Amino acid sequence: MINEMLAYFAQGANWAGEAGIPARLGEHLWYSFLAVAAAAVLAFPVGVFIGHTGVGRVYLVSASNVLRALPSLGIMTLLVLLMGIGLLPPLAALVLIAIPPILAGVYAGVANVDPEVVDAARAIGMKDSRIILQVELPLALPLILGGLRGAILQVVATATIAAYVNLGGLGRYIFDGLALYDYGQVLVGAVLVTALALVLDGLLALLVKAVSPARRAIAR
Amino acid sequence: MITFESVSKLYPGGTQAVTDLDLQIATGSFTVLVGPSGCGKTTSMRMINRMVAPTGGRVLIDGQDVADIRAVTLRLGIGYVLQNAGLFPHRTVLDNIATVQRLLGLSKAQARTKAHEAMERVGLDASLATRYPAQLSGGQQQRVGVARALAADPPILLMDEPFSAVDPIVRLELQQEVAHLQAEIKKTIVMVTHDIDEALTLGDRIAVLAPGGVLHQYAAPIDILARPATDFVASLVAKDRGFRTLSFETLTGLGTTTLPASGPGGLIDMSALSPGWSVQVNRDSGTAAWIDADGAVFGPHPLVPADASLRTGLDAVLASPTSAALLVDGTGNIGSYFTLADLGPLLRPNEQARA
Repeated sequence: MINEMLAYFAQGANWAGEAGIPARLGEHLWYSFLAVAAAAVLAFPVGVFIGHTGVGRVYLVSASNVLRALPSLGIMTLLVLLMGIGLLPPLAALVLIAIPPILAGVYAGVANVDPEVVDAARAIGMKDSRIILQVELPLALPLILGGLRGAILQVVATATIAAYVNLGGLGRYIFDGLALYDYGQVLVGAVLVTALALVLDGLLALLVKAVSPARRAIAR
Repeated sequence: MITFESVSKLYPGGTQAVTDLDLQIATGSFTVLVGPSGCGKTTSMRMINRMVAPTGGRVLIDGQDVADIRAVTLRLGIGYVLQNAGLFPHRTVLDNIATVQRLLGLSKAQARTKAHEAMERVGLDASLATRYPAQLSGGQQQRVGVARALAADPPILLMDEPFSAVDPIVRLELQQEVAHLQAEIKKTIVMVTHDIDEALTLGDRIAVLAPGGVLHQYAAPIDILARPATDFVASLVAKDRGFRTLSFETLTGLGTTTLPASGPGGLIDMSALSPGWSVQVNRDSGTAAWIDADGAVFGPHPLVPADASLRTGLDAVLASPTSAALLVDGTGNIGSYFTLADLGPLLRPNEQARA
């Protein structure tokens, strides 16, 4: 099986064309990017609002738990049955799994800013929009990026399901391989997804580190 | 002039933080609100910049109800110093100090120039400008907090227990510096503290508040000490009360003795005061060392400026092995000394206390 996988990687033809490894990798990243971007657009303002005002904190936790409990494959299948084949069902399923980590990161980042710092900002004459932009978000950045990192990992790993409904991405190898009893090809998909996830995680870890140097630690 | 007009604050849940407070704070004065925790002192102060809204009464600045001024506009004109400095951890010292000016619309370069000036005024070394708050000591952070409040030159400065989080030595240093600053810049300062000593040292006027935000006395420090209006005020100032009043008495009328001329090595023979003793003055450090017949050195002991308080004078004498201290006159001349016996006539029972 390993040999089959290595043979697949070794064959030049598998690296070219619409069904080649770079193309599948590109599709996979594209679905992931769309899902994370859409989830961020939805979750970011909500997280900032709840973190800044404290309004709706209780709902946030329960809504997050519900979202986390949803089975992605089930959601996607249901949406395909309702809407037909297309990019939207898998994307919707991926967005739903990306929202909880982003929301939690933004909310926790903003809510955990030292209340005394926020009080000081208000007392010296900052209005709420400035407090959010100039104080809360910069200080929340490490946690926000942490949440984003979690979301990206989960989405990249889960984006294989798009192939289940006849779309591309690295899941193609897995589902095609399964259909053909070609486990070498399944392994190709699995290894590529794993490698992609690890590389992205490494890059994001560096990014998180870069924005949270020691100086951001509050002395007290 | 800041005016509290029968101001009350009743929190939802029934906690009465401030009760029917009437207070007039003169422009250019240093007013200290003092009392135990839960006395509504911080709540009252925060009503001046609308960080707290009263549930009854009004707060006026120069006759204008603060409720009618836009909160952001009002706050930009009032400096605010917090207990733990409340600095922005993600901004450098310089940018922290420049914050208010940036909010007021100054360019980054202009705001930073002003911030440099403010750093100098509060005694912060220019090399700290690029540091982050987490890299500073507590005392330095507090200085940055004061600089940030002063940078935009607001007419009013509010300080919420600004020195309670730093160690006693730094606290004393900061207190002295704020007193100096105030003598120079003459802001209207309102400070909150639970430390009656700090209030007595710094305030021109002291408002003593009891739990529930009830004003018990509003007077000059010497009056608070000499004539406490209620038992509550008396209990607050009870410790060392007589000794403390000496801080507000001067050395005027002190009988002194002329120092003999100094002999070889700058040694002054003091055998007229106490057989065998001599004294040596170190002008650089402003101290004196006493030397006994066997050559043992006692010191350094502080020299007493002529404008020092009676408390400083008495302390110097009590600490001296010969019960005498050297006096520095207004021109920096060290020509006389005084003893415990000389202080006697000044240490009369406080007249105001008798009145």
